Amino acid sequence: MSKLALKVTAVETLSPLVKRFRFESPTGAPLPVFSGGAHITVEMPEGEIVRRNSYSLISDPYDGSGYEIAVRREDRGRGGSRHMHTKVREGDEITVSAPANHFQLDLRARKHVLIAGGIGITPFLSQLKQLGMEQKPFELHYAARSREEAAGLKLLPGAAHIHIHISDEGARMDLGAILDGQPLGTHVYTCGPDGLITAVADQAARLGWPKTSVHSEAFTAPPPGEPFEVVVKSSGKTVTVKADQSLLEALEAAKVEIDYSCRGGACGRCETHVTACDGRILHNDHWLSEAERAEQKTIMPCMSRFKGARLELDL
Amino acid sequence: MPNAEFSPSIDSRPTYAGLVSQGAAHGIMVADDAGAEALCDLAGSDASVMDHAHVLLVGAAAGTVARIEALKPRALHGAPDLDAATPLIKRLLSEARMGTHLYLAGSEGLMGLVSALATAEGLPLDAIQMEHRGSIARRMQCVHCKGITEDVTTDPFICSHCGLTLFVRDHFSRRLGVFQGVCVDAEAPGEVPETQEIRA
Ligand code: FES
Repeated sequence: MSKLALKVTAVETLSPLVKRFRFESPTGAPLPVFSGGAHITVEMPEGEIVRRNSYSLISDPYDGSGYEIAVRREDRGRGGSRHMHTKVREGDEITVSAPANHFQLDLRARKHVLIAGGIGITPFLSQLKQLGMEQKPFELHYAARSREEAAGLKLLPGAAHIHIHISDEGARMDLGAILDGQPLGTHVYTCGPDGLITAVADQAARLGWPKTSVHSEAFTAPPPGEPFEVVVKSSGKTVTVKADQSLLEALEAAKVEIDYSCRGGACGRCETHVTACDGRILHNDHWLSEAERAEQKTIMPCMSRFKGARLELDL
Repeated sequence: MPNAEFSPSIDSRPTYAGLVSQGAAHGIMVADDAGAEALCDLAGSDASVMDHAHVLLVGAAAGTVARIEALKPRALHGAPDLDAATPLIKRLLSEARMGTHLYLAGSEGLMGLVSALATAEGLPLDAIQMEHRGSIARRMQCVHCKGITEDVTTDPFICSHCGLTLFVRDHFSRRLGVFQGVCVDAEAPGEVPETQEIRA
């Protein structure tokens, strides 16, 4: 994975829980451009461990002068977002991955309907710029609990086809009304909590939308949990995964070679074969099917954990 | 004549699973004379499928039109050929709402063209039902001059635009709804293999 050494050039508080960060090249060299919905992985070294979280880019995909992300502080997370909020300051150096995208727009669509819940607004911010550039018809629906929490409000342009639904003000999002009667060839994209993603998929199915017109990105960072151990089959080495570390991070720290991209259980890239499992895999990804989970023959180390006597991985 | 079975080929070559009723959902049905038979079979399996169907028959004989009329589709349109049908297909697609099903039946040329029009409007390919009936003639694009020759039944054939002798490939462009034809005697001009009928 190619890495970029950048400098933090702006930190802005958008809401009590969300901050915006801007990174630029220290030499002023242009950064690789990307496509709407892309993310970068940010490295957060702390003591001897390096946490890596992926965040959607919210800046203009065609603007190579800098990358911007918005980070919501998750106090029950394993510390990545807290690190961003409390440790990262203007002028700091920061290492990020080159952008990758698992949530692209299907540009053949006649119309795009974008549905965001809470911090799930982030991938749409770069997509909006792309849709504007390509002059594609779209509508965006952004649901948040309260105006104060709705960090996206500061980042969204005011436009007729951008709809804000604040549930505290009684303006709940009506998915039936949003999806019914859309022109043939519309695609819908959802990013936000699992419940919202499922509700949109169910509603679309009821209205006879083809599955391939329904896209989503579940927005999650790996959860913390109880510490556990894994055995690496090739070397026989035992790796300990700390409470506030993901399995992927622990393997990386132990110099075990493993591929990744989204670090959020969505892309399938880190899928790893399990060679022995005496216990229960705590699957937290959105990649494996129910049947695959039950089999306990594969694990997504970016998100999932383990509880039991022995877990051996084919690495 | 039933849904044609084509011999296995490269992934690019489209296959046609056949029409299955989606019940009383809105439908757009486009068929040629041979394909109309598939619509009759579809209505035979579930008469309600016609209640919300716009049917467009392309180059169909009067008797065929009467048979479809008897199935009482919500609307019935006709066009003499695909060129004449194209503006109407575009209009039906642009007025349709999500949840509308697209049923295509007949020649590969018809299905290729209409599915290309529909995917250009954002409809995913897997949302389009197709059933092959009748002639196995192909709609071929010359990769050299980009001209499209309709109803190609032999391999090789002569491009109706630039006159090159073209080899019939199974390589299919879903964006354009055409098979690709490549110059057969580019290396040794004049050395043309014997002309054969295209087989399924
Ligand atoms: S890195 Fe994408 S699923 Fe694990």
